[in-house]
Amino acid sequence: MQRYSFFNLARQALHGNAGWQPAWREPDVKAGYDVVVIGGGGHGLATAYYLARNHGVRNIAVLEKGWIGGGNSGRNTQVIRSNYFYPVSSAFYDHSLKLYEGLSRELNFNVMLSQRGLIALAHSEHELEMNRRWANAIRMNRVDAEILTPTQIKQRVPIINLQGRFPIVGGFIQPRAGIARHDAVVWGYARGAGALGVDILQGCEVLGFDLAEGRVRGVKTSRGRIAADRVVMSVAGHSSVLARRAGLRLPITTMALQAMVTEPLKPVLNAVVISAAVHAYVSQSDRGEIVMGGGADVYNSYAQRGALPVMQATVGAVLELFPTFSRLRLMRQWAGMVDVTPDTTPLMGLTPIDGLYINCGWGTGGYKAIPAGGDTMAYTVMHNRPHPLIERFGLDRFARGALIDEGAAAGVAH
Amino acid sequence: MLRIPCPYCGVRDEPEFTFGGPSHVTRPAFAATDAEWADYLFNRDNPKGIHYERWGHAYGCGRWFNVARHTVTHEIVAAYRMGEQPPVIDQGQRGATPTLDFAEDREGTGKRGAPV
Repeated sequence: MQRYSFFNLARQALHGNAGWQPAWREPDVKAGYDVVVIGGGGHGLATAYYLARNHGVRNIAVLEKGWIGGGNSGRNTQVIRSNYFYPVSSAFYDHSLKLYEGLSRELNFNVMLSQRGLIALAHSEHELEMNRRWANAIRMNRVDAEILTPTQIKQRVPIINLQGRFPIVGGFIQPRAGIARHDAVVWGYARGAGALGVDILQGCEVLGFDLAEGRVRGVKTSRGRIAADRVVMSVAGHSSVLARRAGLRLPITTMALQAMVTEPLKPVLNAVVISAAVHAYVSQSDRGEIVMGGGADVYNSYAQRGALPVMQATVGAVLELFPTFSRLRLMRQWAGMVDVTPDTTPLMGLTPIDGLYINCGWGTGGYKAIPAGGDTMAYTVMHNRPHPLIERFGLDRFARGALIDEGAAAGVAH
Repeated sequence: MLRIPCPYCGVRDEPEFTFGGPSHVTRPAFAATDAEWADYLFNRDNPKGIHYERWGHAYGCGRWFNVARHTVTHEIVAAYRMGEQPPVIDQGQRGATPTLDFAEDREGTGKRGAPV
């Protein structure tokens, strides 16, 4: 792998930038692999990366139906946080945030992590009470959180409108939360995995599974059969469709979650601001665009597009908080297909089929979980038992009634 | 935006309606095991294709009904009342031909916008 450094940058510049190599190889399909990961999004690539990096597996393929970065990995709003309520969620997401904190160095790829803080707003005394309870729970989980008064919020975010239709009465901040460039995260993992010998096969759709005596033997793909005794499904919105090809039925509903950006402007917003009551979250990207999102289009959809009513509600909510944005024009609007579970906690671990593992159910918040998702899934595949951090995220929790209902605790919709 | 044909009021815009999840989910018998009960409560077909689902006309007549809708094209190919059997629709086709008469009508005209 060609290392990215100031020295290398200068050297390549002197030679007309003609010496750069592709960030990862375009290999041919082999007849078989030790591990096949289905889905070349952040989670799938991170799983392959940590399998190679931490467990020494070299013969791995990542099968991507489309192209790297073309799905939810390139469609999310880049927010990273670990302000979860339950200890089991907190431990997992804070592990992820800690991995993000060292990720640029780990991957030798600048993921532009910016820990600018995430402020959750309260618009009523009751909501503020809930925020206090939430922030206290976060601190009990040994994660950073501080309650803010309206004055403190105004000091941190001078352009916010405290006296809107639903006045802001307080809130709390997780200072270590922030954003990182999503394309860089997937490209960084793809490059890192590729350098460790992982075959990244784009344009390779899985059409079915080779199953024998209750265990997986390989996959049938649009580029032929591939033998593998260990297969990881990591396909987000298409999880139900793929799992059905292995005879499994999942507690997942696929919906469209939209996001949008305005034209770029100079730095005006130096925190991620989220409001559960008016239902919007907003941040400013490093390119200057105001990035915003809100609720999902709450009906089943595989369309990768969102409709006008939710877009209108989101924009309305953002303008309520930041009236100064009313002069901005929207540049792009899009949607990703999110896989929502009944308790908004992911589905990770083993399946009833031996050698077949699952990593899905991230709903509207999979991006922040990419490093920990990959790390724990790699462990799970190698040991054929769930990583301690994801023991309670298994498929079996529904029949046992052991749901982890973060839906009520974790901010906007998720 | 979806234009949803309420069998009682006619075609109206999406914001008037509430989504009610999949239709025709049968509650298991009292003696069901934990696994069967969990399957009923939580597991979903979540098809990429025709989805039979419930919608409530919250800001209209207030009544619930069923819709058959394609989850990729969002095309609504049938609307029918509670208790009626779902129409048989070719699952595989993308952009199935609408079987509905999408004639516009408004309250007070006495016409139904339902399937004819």
